[in-house]
Amino acid sequence: MFDALSARFAKTFGGLRAKGKISSSDIESVLAEIRSALVEADVALEVVNLFSDRIQTQVITLLPTLQAGSNQAQAIFDVVNLELTAILGSESRRIRIAKNPPTVVMLAGLQGAGKTTLAAKLAKFYKDQGNTPLLVAADLQRPNAVTQLQVLGQQLDIPVFAPEHGNGSGNAVHVARDGIAHAKSKMYNMVIVDTAGRLGVDDELMDEAIAIKNEISPNEILFVIDAMIGQSALTTARAFEEGVGFDGLVLTKLDGDARGGAALSITEIIKRPIMFISTGEKISDFDIFYPNRMASRILGMGDVSTLAEQAKKAMNPETSAKLEEKFARGEDFTLEDFLEQLEAMAKMGSMGKLLSMLPGAASMKKQIENFDEGEIVRTKAIVQSMTPQERRDIKVLNGTRRSRIALGSGRAVSEVNSLVERFSAAQKAMKAMRSGNVPAGMSSGMPDMRPPKQPVIHKKKSKSGNPAKRAAEERG
Amino acid sequence: MGIFSKFLSKIKATETPNKADLEEFYDALIAADLGENLSRAIIEQAQTVKAESAEESLQDVLISQLSKKSRELLPDSGLTVVMIVGVNGSGKTTSVAKLANKFRDEGTVVLAAADTFRAAAVEQLQTWGERLGIEVISGKGNSDPASVVFDAIEKSLASQAKFLFIDTAGRLHNKNDLMNELGKVKRVAEKSSPVQEVLLVIDATTGQNGLQQAKIFAEAVDVTGIILTKLDGSARGGIALAIENALDIPIKFIGTGETVEDIVEFDPIKFVTSLFS
Repeated sequence: MFDALSARFAKTFGGLRAKGKISSSDIESVLAEIRSALVEADVALEVVNLFSDRIQTQVITLLPTLQAGSNQAQAIFDVVNLELTAILGSESRRIRIAKNPPTVVMLAGLQGAGKTTLAAKLAKFYKDQGNTPLLVAADLQRPNAVTQLQVLGQQLDIPVFAPEHGNGSGNAVHVARDGIAHAKSKMYNMVIVDTAGRLGVDDELMDEAIAIKNEISPNEILFVIDAMIGQSALTTARAFEEGVGFDGLVLTKLDGDARGGAALSITEIIKRPIMFISTGEKISDFDIFYPNRMASRILGMGDVSTLAEQAKKAMNPETSAKLEEKFARGEDFTLEDFLEQLEAMAKMGSMGKLLSMLPGAASMKKQIENFDEGEIVRTKAIVQSMTPQERRDIKVLNGTRRSRIALGSGRAVSEVNSLVERFSAAQKAMKAMRSGNVPAGMSSGMPDMRPPKQPVIHKKKSKSGNPAKRAAEERG
Repeated sequence: MGIFSKFLSKIKATETPNKADLEEFYDALIAADLGENLSRAIIEQAQTVKAESAEESLQDVLISQLSKKSRELLPDSGLTVVMIVGVNGSGKTTSVAKLANKFRDEGTVVLAAADTFRAAAVEQLQTWGERLGIEVISGKGNSDPASVVFDAIEKSLASQAKFLFIDTAGRLHNKNDLMNELGKVKRVAEKSSPVQEVLLVIDATTGQNGLQQAKIFAEAVDVTGIILTKLDGSARGGIALAIENALDIPIKFIGTGETVEDIVEFDPIKFVTSLFS
């Protein structure tokens, strides 16, 4: 994950600034890096080559216009990022609402892609917008797929049409057909049809999907695809497109760390929009698609916006709300709040991984690799050794208190000092954010968690002639 | 067409592969999800392959990249406990049912429904249990998976069962708390009985992320083998080979369909040969 494209370019271009002129072999090196990064991201080979060719033209045009000594690596990176974002977002549109209700949405895809969970998410999404969706349980193959949908429907208070319990028996085409009729008779304005997972190469099952489609004439067929899918994504998408056909895509399991190159492959070649994304197992883990975030992800830059959202989610919602209230009231961010955030971050994932999701992570590679997970544990120990008053107001932390805290947490006084210093800086930054000056490199709500650069310590020679005082000064 | 077949015919025709042939071969390996590292390693060795023994040589090249560890399920003389783990949607529950069916002739099989998170996950395994006439141990709704496993082991030991297959909830490897939970489930199990196998289920369509999956799961619960599922599709499952190569974790079984019989023991030579055709 550290091989962010920008870092690779920086390496390739390392010697070029001195050169001034860029040869065609230099350009080829850069293109090779781009291709390698895209392959690593699971973009289909044919798309990697197509993309590379397109970029080549742009790069060749751009480079001579750049001032000598300017950041060519960054310029090329921007070209790649922009082009990627453009392709990913080129077909963007909303779901088509039927002139005469109900709007019928049919889900299709491979086994295990996440269709059933998605069906419930879609239903909730549209219900929250004031619609009256009906879920139709037409996956009669997977044991208890129908039960799963019924349980979800009950949890969300959304009706589920499930005349057959499935488990290998029943006619999915009839269920779908009857589901639409049921929706019309009850005046539901939307129908979401969950279907069985099927392989692109299974003609019999593809025929069944086509039969369902012909029977219910969906306004939208959404192809549901797992973000971790590899090179076979395009073959599979083509098979579905040529079989049942689809109007849009939903990318699932984006809460994982798969780069998701399939998104590019399918938008580029099959030219269908990615309409939604699934970002977790909870019903609320559902969102519209953001092309720029996906581009960042494919390029290995991580996804800062999603990270910030996940950070918010990982924090206890009560804690977040409390924090926001404090801000609104103009109260200070305290060490207690800091501790709560630390605990939430530990829950979210290892620090190293989190840090690697930040842009520019590649240049911080050394610091990240040397980042000590134990840092959080030690920090926690220090904060927990403080009294509530001390956590609320670091100004009371005199030498005696700091010594006591150090003893109680089993750490050195210098570590306590270092924490207080860092926290104080974070507090100032929070204040600044509240007044509208967002410091560079921070996502909202998160203090700078990076370990401090090792300070160059200029040991001040003690001026006191009194040995006891000198010793005290040196102890800090 | 097999990933190797084009390259093979080129060598047979021209004696030694030229640069273009090697590049084409490299692309075929990438297209099968073998990833850059393994593909490069194979290409390097493929350069010295001679025409007369091309097919065998290439087979050897590929097999030499795979794990040398045993591909058999390591049974105990008493109870053999097998934990099935993996990311969401990989095919764990279906694989548990297939394994139960496969090993039932060797003695009593018990299943543990330790996916206490997903809606109707327990019911899904119970349906399989009913179909197969195999006992499924489960807990009350939303109970702790570790306690279900503890319970299942106690009952399996008491009834002198031969095999206990534990179905766990799907989880993404980058979810720290879920990986910790899995580690805890295994540790709780080990208080009562050794866990002889932890099988990681990998969907054959998975791309390069599969390597990260395997790495993190192995760190959390010491994976002893892989079940490669959904090979009946168009994906070649190359990522599993990459995992073997990078982490020395052997593929033990492959899944080839949705019915309970669609499971085979992994045979590297057969698998590699099929990549040629």
